[in-house]
Amino acid sequence: MVLLTRKAEFSSAHYYWNDAWSQQENEKVFGKCANRNGHGHNYTLEVTVAGEIDPVSGFVVDLKALKDVMEREVVQVYDHRHLNLEVPEFRAVIPTTENIAIAIWKRLEQKIVGARLQRVRVYEMPDLFADYCGER
Amino acid sequence: MKAYLSRRYRFSASHRLHTDRYSPEQNQAVYGKCNNPHGHGHNYTVEVMVSGEVDAVTGMVCNLGDLDDFVRREIVDRFDEKNLNLDASFAAIVPTTENLCLEIYKVINATLAHGKLEKVRVEETANNFFEYAGEPASAREDKDSS
Repeated sequence: MVLLTRKAEFSSAHYYWNDAWSQQENEKVFGKCANRNGHGHNYTLEVTVAGEIDPVSGFVVDLKALKDVMEREVVQVYDHRHLNLEVPEFRAVIPTTENIAIAIWKRLEQKIVGARLQRVRVYEMPDLFADYCGER
Repeated sequence: MKAYLSRRYRFSASHRLHTDRYSPEQNQAVYGKCNNPHGHGHNYTVEVMVSGEVDAVTGMVCNLGDLDDFVRREIVDRFDEKNLNLDASFAAIVPTTENLCLEIYKVINATLAHGKLEKVRVEETANNFFEYAGEPASAREDKDSS
């Protein structure tokens, strides 16, 4: 088995806010991320897939196909969007880096052909990233 | 759902790789220029990976502010702008980045209240880094029980 990782980038706005809490509670837990005017990041997405090397093509997976899936399912939906306001999975779920990783996993899991999704890593910034590997 | 959160921290410290168990010649042979009696320094980067269930309310594995406060207090403040050889944990062992990585893992693992510590990675330079994820037996048990 070989692991293969492909990167993509998207730039999005978000804020952290729980409607069930007061403004003070939100600010206490989420700090400046609770500013309802939002703020943004350049996210880097790393998608790792696992599979056997095809003896003919020498590929674990068709890189172009993987790139296209990531572009279609994630980048086109998230890039230059406000995650809370424009991406359906974050209407009721706070778009933390952890939840973004889980949401991207759900978007990709059934769409990757010929290999198994191994890990989704989302960098919110170079010093902060979240990994989701499914429920195994 | 279980997710992993990683955060990077930085500190700058000096050290000298030297052991009294070796002769001066052996120290020089093993440690090379790292054995310079006057020491030298690095800008270290520590990457801390914690795991846990994503809290249904906050959407977080752990509160990042709390984790930052904890790591800065326990690790960054302790080592930043210090001579590692003078730290009590390196009184009897050489402050290689391997040993530094183990010490950081031990300190964080002992008192971390913000999720489960999965791995500590210490980068000494852009080209040298060391990782410790606990001992394999416990790691296997953790994996089995997750």
